[in-house]
Amino acid sequence: MRSVSVDLNHDASLLIDIPDALCERDKVKFTVHTKTTLTAFQKPEISVPRQHEDFIWLHDTLVETEDYAGLIIPPAPPKPDFESPREKMHKLGEGEATMTKEEYTKMKQELEAEYLAVFKKTVQVHEVFLQRLSSHPILSKDRNFQIFLEYDQDLSVRRKNAKEMFGGFFKNMVKSADEVLISGIKEVDDFFEQEKTFLLDYYSKIKDSTAKAEKMTRTHKMFILFPFRHMEKLSDLFEKLRKVEGRVASDQELKLTELLRYYMRDIQAAKDLLYRRARALVDYENSNKALDKARLKSKDIPQAEEHQQQCLQKFDKLSESGKKELTSFKGRRVVAFRKNLVEMAELEIKHAKNNVALLQGCIELLKNN
Amino acid sequence: MAATARDPMANHSDFQEVENAEDLFPELTGGPREEADSSGERSNGPKLDFDDDADDLFAEATEEVSLDSPERDVLLSDGPSPAITPVTPPTSVLTPRLAHAHDDMFTHSSFDELEEEESSEASAVAVSVSDPEKVGEGMNAYMAYKVTTKAPPSSALFRLPEFSVRRRFSDFLGLHGKLASKYMHAGYIVPPAPEKSIVGMTKVKVGKEDPSSNEFVEKRRLALERYLMRTVQHPVLLKDPDLVQFLESSELPRAINTQALSGAGLLRMVNKAADAVNKMTIKMNESDAWFEEKQQHFENLDAQLRKVHASVESLVCHRKELSQNTAQFAKSAAMLGNSEDHTALSRALSQLAEVEEKMEQQYQQQANADFFLLAELLGDYVRLLAAVKGVFEQRVKAWQKWQDTQLLLQRKREAEVKLHFSNKPDKLQQAKDDIKELEGKVQQGERDFEHISRVIRREVSRFEKERVKDFKILVTNYLEALALTQQQLIKYWEAFLPEAKAIS
Repeated sequence: MRSVSVDLNHDASLLIDIPDALCERDKVKFTVHTKTTLTAFQKPEISVPRQHEDFIWLHDTLVETEDYAGLIIPPAPPKPDFESPREKMHKLGEGEATMTKEEYTKMKQELEAEYLAVFKKTVQVHEVFLQRLSSHPILSKDRNFQIFLEYDQDLSVRRKNAKEMFGGFFKNMVKSADEVLISGIKEVDDFFEQEKTFLLDYYSKIKDSTAKAEKMTRTHKMFILFPFRHMEKLSDLFEKLRKVEGRVASDQELKLTELLRYYMRDIQAAKDLLYRRARALVDYENSNKALDKARLKSKDIPQAEEHQQQCLQKFDKLSESGKKELTSFKGRRVVAFRKNLVEMAELEIKHAKNNVALLQGCIELLKNN
Repeated sequence: MAATARDPMANHSDFQEVENAEDLFPELTGGPREEADSSGERSNGPKLDFDDDADDLFAEATEEVSLDSPERDVLLSDGPSPAITPVTPPTSVLTPRLAHAHDDMFTHSSFDELEEEESSEASAVAVSVSDPEKVGEGMNAYMAYKVTTKAPPSSALFRLPEFSVRRRFSDFLGLHGKLASKYMHAGYIVPPAPEKSIVGMTKVKVGKEDPSSNEFVEKRRLALERYLMRTVQHPVLLKDPDLVQFLESSELPRAINTQALSGAGLLRMVNKAADAVNKMTIKMNESDAWFEEKQQHFENLDAQLRKVHASVESLVCHRKELSQNTAQFAKSAAMLGNSEDHTALSRALSQLAEVEEKMEQQYQQQANADFFLLAELLGDYVRLLAAVKGVFEQRVKAWQKWQDTQLLLQRKREAEVKLHFSNKPDKLQQAKDDIKELEGKVQQGERDFEHISRVIRREVSRFEKERVKDFKILVTNYLEALALTQQQLIKYWEAFLPEAKAIS
């Protein structure tokens, strides 16, 4: 049921899934289950409880690791959002007095279905994050990733320490200067020039599409709250039709809206890579200038030379790894879109056929009565 | 709440039998069969409640519900019409009055035969309303419609098997006014005419040939057709000379004062009668549960219809919003497709955008058309239920009249007793004569009450049959249209699927 990415769990040496989760008030506790043949791990099979904040911690430490500057870090899973069903629950409580028992039961069922849908979505998105990591040749070996998977104590202490160490400094920097820096750079490499143009444009389009898809899905879901419930003889039929329509809406959300949402974030991660490379280029250019100055002043030349070399190496490394990452990213994106679009079309057909059968059954019944 | 990442979508293609419930079209279990009627009515004598303040009760009762009450006048005064038809019910209604009490069984069963004949005749007659044409200019302009009647020669109602006349809206209202005034008080459910609409009509008069005024005329044409069809389907009304004249004669005297005769006017009259009934001091003691049950049933039905009407309107609203949002998404997806550098994916995204757009347009159109039809029929039935309510109230009035006469007789008898002891032979004789007359009136009052009760039972059963049929047809059509839309969706997605699969 992984909709946003292809099946990432094909390397048997490290298999991760989230088999179940618990919802306690607002906090979701995920059970992260790992099966591994790698000797680096203490046990071949581990299960640990993790919270959303633990995932964020893992993501942030990866982003802030210098060595991974040339990699696209999989986007962090979004915070579980139970706002919508919670609001409805509130409304249900308020309206209880004025509703018939039937109406109340129906609404409650709907509410439970919605809660479940949000729940499933969030589990999926957290699972995919981990699986992206496990299938990446370099990231899967990360020490913190291993800790995340097998440390059987609460991670919150570690989380706090990490925050104190980094203070979220780097992250903030990235956010603000991003676009300007990337677009301002004089690019020598055609590949990156194309990628830059493409990614910037694509990002704004996909952001727009995501927003419109969200709006559409939201309306579609709301729609199912206004049934023909008063035509009693047909209420059974319309209930079924409503349920099918509800599934259509949630399938659309999973296959389309979630897909767009995920890739919007993934493209942001790709842009972050471009940013880091751009920054490295700027550093390299600055180091060149510094070297020239040093030569002019005949002072600290060896340090300047070394610094320049380091910058160049870093830049080259980022460019090389970046190229690989961006190429595989494209492939991954195309495959994911294909999978989801195909699945969505198949589901739409299935639901429509279901509806036709329901309707024709009812029409037969009416005609024969 | 624990969850596993499994696919919860079980294939629900099972379809359960829909249950019978109190609903818009029940199975015909309601109401006793015709044969049982007469025996039921014998025991339908409402009890009299005698108070110590007999005088005051009596006085008030007469005031409220006398024969010359204003409500009655409105019905009767439909303006000067040269072909003044006497305000007497047709012969089929008169028969029971002449019959003796012990002949009731006989009369009643003959009534049944008559009714069966009548209904088969009635269902053979068809009326259509077509070819709306604007006559005149400016604010005095009006729409004239062609009314075509088709009747089998065996019905012997009309001169020709097929013929047409031209009529305007106020003619229809005039017809309804006449029929209502003649038949409602006898318990017949006279189908109400369509509503007047100042706004709609003004647009037409002013001459704007725009889609909204065309829609208005079309709506009205259909409404008039439904109105006439319901009227001619009624076996008793079909024989009415006013109706025959309306359908057949080339010239019709203009009905004026149609304000009171419109649907709204009728509703107002019914509500006034209801108020009068509520103000009655001797509350009718309903010993026939059937009437109580039916009244409750119709109250529920009315409430239900109004709810459905409201749901329909909010549904349309929502459809529009969804349609807008989908159209916006479609545009955005097209843009994304353009931006995509992978050729096959780019094409697929553009196709997706097209599919979404087509889907929503289809669905929207379909929904609008169907809701329009549904809303119209619901409107018809809200008005019809008002007419049904009206006849129930007429029955209560008939009962009241009977009670009043009975009280009057009682008083006269008491007065007569007193006169025995006085020495006024003239007055005594007068009293005796009065009593004789009143006794006759009491009997008549009882017969009238029982007659209207019988008529209502039949009318209600007929009404329910019609209603079930009407709604069945409507719902079937609606569901068929929905099924068609879904089939269209399948086509669109099936066309898209290979495009999506072609991405590599």
